[in-house]
Formats: sequence, structure tokens, C-alpha cells
Amino acid sequence: MSDLAKRIIPCLDIVNGNVAKGIKFEAVKAIGDPIELAVYYQNEGADELVFYDINATVEMRSTFINLVERIAETIKIPFTVGGGIRTVDDIYNALLSGADKVSVNSAAILNPEIIYQGAKRFGNQCMVASMDVRKLGEEYFVYTHGGKNRTTYNAIDWAKRCETLGAGELVINAIDQDGVKKGYDLALMQQIREVVNIPIIASGGAGNMKDFEDLFELDAADGAIAASIFHYKTLAIPSLKSRLSRSGIVIREVM
Amino acid sequence: MIIGIVNYGLGNIRSIKNALSEYKVILVDNEESLLTVDVLILPGVGAFGFAMENLRSLGLVDAIRGFAKSGKRLIGICLGMQLLYESSFEHGEFEGLGILKGKVIELPNTEVIPHMGWNRLTVAQPSEGLYTNQYMYFVHSYYVVEEDENQIVASTFYGAKIPAIVKKDNIIGFQGHPEKSGNEGQQWLKMAVEGKL
Repeated sequence: MSDLAKRIIPCLDIVNGNVAKGIKFEAVKAIGDPIELAVYYQNEGADELVFYDINATVEMRSTFINLVERIAETIKIPFTVGGGIRTVDDIYNALLSGADKVSVNSAAILNPEIIYQGAKRFGNQCMVASMDVRKLGEEYFVYTHGGKNRTTYNAIDWAKRCETLGAGELVINAIDQDGVKKGYDLALMQQIREVVNIPIIASGGAGNMKDFEDLFELDAADGAIAASIFHYKTLAIPSLKSRLSRSGIVIREVM
Repeated sequence: MIIGIVNYGLGNIRSIKNALSEYKVILVDNEESLLTVDVLILPGVGAFGFAMENLRSLGLVDAIRGFAKSGKRLIGICLGMQLLYESSFEHGEFEGLGILKGKVIELPNTEVIPHMGWNRLTVAQPSEGLYTNQYMYFVHSYYVVEEDENQIVASTFYGAKIPAIVKKDNIIGFQGHPEKSGNEGQQWLKMAVEGKL
């Protein structure tokens, strides 16, 4: 039995330099200053943070990169950046700005080589393959562009392919669960778990403490991403962590 | 005190520099600048063979070996710690700096790899600010088989006993990332820099 702690990862969607959270990727609502929120979560005991550049237009790119530099100067825990990563140069710029990991999503669907090239050049530990997944009938499919476009990729096969290409971690975002607080898609995580041997981070659906507990008790993922329940203070990280710890899940509690 | 961080390509240099913002820190990419520092930090991410090749092309391999012999503090972080050892079996077999005795091998494949996240420390040689049950942030797929058990200051468990902090005289290695391990991690890094570990 390993003592590696399950990770609690708040996700900060960035729109025009501010934190926002959409429900099912729509109705984006401004929440606050990213640096303030990042420090707050770090002090609360977040294990990592994720920052997604939501609009990611060319002209907003430098604003985001500037924000990444400020985050790196401020926080003392690892963080991942994603959104708008299209080329190996984008990966390089994000890492150079101080990000520990870079998450690629749509770009990997259009050009899977980006994972291979990024892993070869910077190491697989910093390449996160993120996928938006939706169930259609009995099958899970990968979607792009914030869940708008369905691809032909079966999510389980795609997860395996990302590992083969050199991804060091997977973020599985169940779109149907996103923002609706019905719990993580455990069946999806477990199916992916069976075919890969890299860390899996579950995203989409966390509504209460039990959702995290269910995910980790099944060992369906190594970490859990959540946004709105933390941003709206429905759930505080210290109390979530102490509950998980009491349930026998290995968790890092910050004193 | 001047701290030098070896700059030989892309590493987590910015984070280490940020963690040591109260000190005078310079980047070192040649022997001349290496000779001006009091403490040398060898960071690193990526592949072992590639890293050694970069150090060689900058003419730093013998310079770092010489620095280690001088008695000044040399601190390796993550891949930087692994480079201090004799050899690595990451994608082939590569010669390391050979400052510490031991080899670098793949983590047991019974575990999810990379070993990524916060893992608990078992501290064999505690000091103020470093004790058992603290957590360190790790990101690696290979680990050091340390020949001398007495040099393991702290270890963690991930399918095998993983040396997390090693120390031999003026040489210190962190397998995890102190600069990313919150307030406690920053404290360990300062302790290492000041010779209090």
C-alpha cells in the first residue's frame, strides 16, 4: 500500500484575466482575482491547481502568459495550465513562464503528435492529456471545443493512445456531469483505469464530500478536479480532506 | 552567500529561484560562473542521458565533480539528484556524475507511473523542520538505489523504498521537489542551502 496522497485540485477557468465558472460550459460568470484565489486554495490545502485559458484568443494569450508568471512567483505548489495550447512552442512558453505541467485537449485531437513531441522535448511528467467525454448510448466519445463537437474517438481507446504517445497524466472531464453536481462518472474512470498505467484525474460532477469519497474509495482516480463547489464555498478543502482522511483515504492534511 | 543554479536547458529553475528569493541567486552555464558560487543547485527534468549530454557540452561535468570535492554545498533536485549517482538505466545505460554511489532504475511497474503527487516521508535523520509524516511533492519515473543506507535522510514508499532526501557530507539530494512542496518544502530547501539539514 502506497502512501501517495489522493490529490484535491481546484480548477480556475480564466476569462479576460478573471476567474470564471460556467455551468455545462455556458453561462460563464465572473468570480474573482486568480492570484488571490490561488493563494487562498494553497493555504486551504489544495494539492495542485489548474488554470484554463477559456477564450484563448491570440490577443489575450500574452495576458494569460503574464498571469502564469505571476502565479509561479506567488504559489509554492504545482500547477497546470491549459487552454489554447496548439503547438510545441505554446507548451514551451507555458513551461518557461513557470507552469509545472501543460494540458492539451483539442490540439491533441487535431494533431496527436503534439503529445509525443512535447513529451520527447520536455519529459512526459509535464504533458497532461485532457479530454472532454460524453456518453452517447452505451459508448463514451471524445468531444472538442468545449463539448460542442463530437469526434470519432472512443474515450477509452483515446486514453490509451494518449499514454502511448507519452502523456504523463490524464484529465478525464465528463461533460454531462460538469457543473451539475451528480458526482464523478465512476464507470468512465474505472474503464480508463483498466487500460492505462499513468495517473488519472477525474473532473466534472463533484457536488459534495461523498462524491470525492466514492471516487477515491474505488481508487477510480488519483486526483479530483472541482471548481464551482470550491469557488462558491459550498465545500471547504480542509473539511473535505479531514472527512476523506477519516474514511481511510490517504490524504495530505495541511495543519 | 551566492547560490548558483545550473542552467542547462529547461528545468524548474524559475520555481527554485522564487523559493530562494531572499538570497543572491545566479544562473550557471559555464565553469567560470560556477567557480564564483558558494552553493550550487543542480535542478532537472526530462531524461538522464540528455541531461548528461547537455552538462558535457557546457563543459560542466568535471566542473561539478570538482565543486563537490571542494567541500562547498552541492544540491541536486529530482533528476539533478539522480545525476549525482554513478549510472542510470533510463532508456539505455548512461554514466552519471558519480559523486554518490548507486544507480538509477525504473520504478516498479506495479504502481501507476510517473510517481506523481504528495507522498509521506519517513525521516531517518530528523532535524528541526523535517520529520516523519510530512509530505513531499514527487514527479519521477526512475529512482535511486542508494548503496549506503546511512546516507538516506528521508525516504518514501512507492512500490519500493524511495530515497527522498540523501546527504553525504556537503552533497544533498532531493528526489521530490522542495520548491513545490508548500511552506515545509521551502523550509527544507533553505535548510539545505544553509547546511542545516
